[in-house]
Formats: sequence, structure tokens, C-alpha cells
Amino acid sequence: MIIYGVYIVSKSGGLIFNLDNNVPRIEHEKSFTYPLDIVLDYDSKKVTVAFNKKESINVGHVLVSVNGILVNGATLADGRNVKTVLEAEENYPVNLKFARPKMTTNEKIFLASMFYPLFAIASQLSPEPKSSGIELLESDTFTLHCFQTLTGVKFIVVSEVGLGSMDMLLRKIYELYADYVLKNPFYSLEMPIRCELFDSKLQTLLEIIEKTGFNNLDK
Amino acid sequence: MSRQTSRFDAKKVNAEFLTLTYGALVTQMLRDFENVEDVNKQLERIGYNMGMRLIEDFLARTQAPRCLEMRETADRIQQAFRIYLNVQPSISNWSPALDEFSLIFDSNPLTEFVELPQDLTNLRYSSIFSGCIRGALEMVQLEVQCWFAQDQLKGDNVTELRVKFIRRLEDAIPAGED
Repeated sequence: MIIYGVYIVSKSGGLIFNLDNNVPRIEHEKSFTYPLDIVLDYDSKKVTVAFNKKESINVGHVLVSVNGILVNGATLADGRNVKTVLEAEENYPVNLKFARPKMTTNEKIFLASMFYPLFAIASQLSPEPKSSGIELLESDTFTLHCFQTLTGVKFIVVSEVGLGSMDMLLRKIYELYADYVLKNPFYSLEMPIRCELFDSKLQTLLEIIEKTGFNNLDK
Repeated sequence: MSRQTSRFDAKKVNAEFLTLTYGALVTQMLRDFENVEDVNKQLERIGYNMGMRLIEDFLARTQAPRCLEMRETADRIQQAFRIYLNVQPSISNWSPALDEFSLIFDSNPLTEFVELPQDLTNLRYSSIFSGCIRGALEMVQLEVQCWFAQDQLKGDNVTELRVKFIRRLEDAIPAGED
């Protein structure tokens, strides 16, 4: 079983912890000749593939480097504009490396605070009174499991599809949080969690689960 | 008091160790503040901050559901004392409206070796308890008042901790829980 990430959202809806686990960074490098046969979308923040996917380079992938020179937003590391470079015929053939886009910390914080009202809306949409919020959110590529404690902290685990209940894991993470975060005298409540002990214990827990499932959980 | 692994009974410490460290804390505070009322207040505040964190540990360990009546809350508090201090206070003296009860301690682990000097009769030695209960319950959206009605240190037969329900903190209840 694969667990892609663990998020902890505080009572007030802020992301206080996130861990990316086991997400392989997929990169593809390929040589291109003039004219470029994939359509690129030039944004000020990144250059993405907009159309004409090619082998494993998919629509939505971002440009990482040109001839080994890293791309930084819309410019190359040496200061040249990506668009100008790729439109000039004399620069071809050119080696382009594409990768799956990676979320920045800001985007994660943004998404975490988006989840907060979604959770609240879900509980209000319910035809029955006293409904919980979202506990499970399924899509074709991942499943999101959410556990909210009585005090309002949300533990979120994003895993591969088709895994059964993650209650056990979420509870374990809660225990680790109670032990290694809240008992740390230098941690102040509601603040981002920067506790190395917690990180390492969580990592161990995830490793155990990925290798042997839930059976050997009570280490 | 704390656990090395996630198993319930993994790590135990000698109760005397806690008694003595707490005693050291109180004497140090008496030296620092001089004014007994200030010490009472500070102890209560320390307890409050401890309670806010301890509640998560309690919930993670016991997987207790939300309490919807005061009697359940009383049972949970009793259970917490058993887990964290290995004492079992009895619950009694319910008010007719069922919004107020007492926790009766035959013995109090914090005051095991303690005698109050004459000039400290105003000191509420164990007020860390009342702070702790208040802080913990506030995190699960219950506002309570908590005070000592009797204290063995002051010559009473038992130690009586009174807990009074004030209100549910409705706007603090997390979505999906109300």
C-alpha cells in the first residue's frame, strides 16, 4: 500500500504539518528538432505542456530544464527567456526535460485551507442532523482519508486508491501527535509543527505500514 | 507519565518522583512570587496549559467519544485521574440540576509528604488540578469552573474538588461535530 502524504490541519484551518511520502518524481528528457511539436503554455511562473502529448511527456507536465540549464519560472538560469530560446531556430536541436508539477508549500497551505470549508459544507449538506464532515474522498488516482479529533484538529492521509479503512493509521498518527508534538515544551499550540522526533516516528510508522500493512502496527 | 512507545502501559514512573518535583515547583514559586495569591494563580495557569495538551493524549489513548451530559464528563475525568495519577477519586454531591459535582480524593498523590506551614493557609497547593480540568474541558468545548471545597492539607478528612458546568462553547465546536 502506498501513502502519498500526510497533512495536519489545525483547529482554525491552517496547515500545521505536511509530509510528502513516496511520490516518485517522474522526469523525462528528450531531444527536440525545429519546429517544436508540442504546444507549450508560457506562464510567468512556469512553462507547461498545453497540448500534443508525446510519449511519456503528458499534458500538464512542467519544463524543468533546457539543455541541462535549469528553468526558473519563465526564464533560464542564465537569464535568457525560455520563450525566446525555444522560438529561435538556431537553438535546435534542443534537449528539454519535463517533470510532473510539484506543489509548492504555498499551494499546499492554500489547499489545506480550502479543505476546511469543504469539510464544514459537507457536514451541513447532510440530510440527517449531526453529520460528520468528509471522512473519505475518492478519486481515480488517490483516496483522501480525514479524521477530525474532538478538539478540532484534522489528520489527513492521501493514499493510493482502493485501500480500506485508514482509521488505524490516523489514530496512530494522532497518538504520535499527542506524544511528540504536544509534550514538547517548545511547541506552541496551533503553530506549524517542527519537531524532528515526530518526523522520524511518523516516517517509521509509514514505513512499517507500507511494508507489512496494519498487522504489525503495535510495535 | 509519558510513553516511550504507543502501548498504553509502557512507561511508568514512581509516584514519589512526581510528588517531589511538584513540591520543588511550588516552593520555587513561593520563593519567586512571595505573594501566595499569585502562586495560586500561576499554578492554576500552569495546570490550564497542561490540560490543553493533555486532553489530546487522553483522547488518543482512550478513543473516548464526545460527552453529551455531565455524568459522562465526570466519568471521563475520573478515568483520566486513574490513567495519569493512578488514583481513583469518587464522584458525589451532584447538584439537583446535574450541572455540578465533586471529586473526592481519599489521598492526593501531590500532597503525599506535604504539611502546610501556618503562614501559607491561603495556598491552594494542588490548584494545578483545577487548572488542568478547566483547560482540558475547554479544548472539548465545555466551559467549567473548578475549585477546592475541602482539602486534607487544611485539616479536612478528604480532598474535595468541585466542578461546575458553565456552558458549552458553541462557536468553538468544530464543524462536523456540532
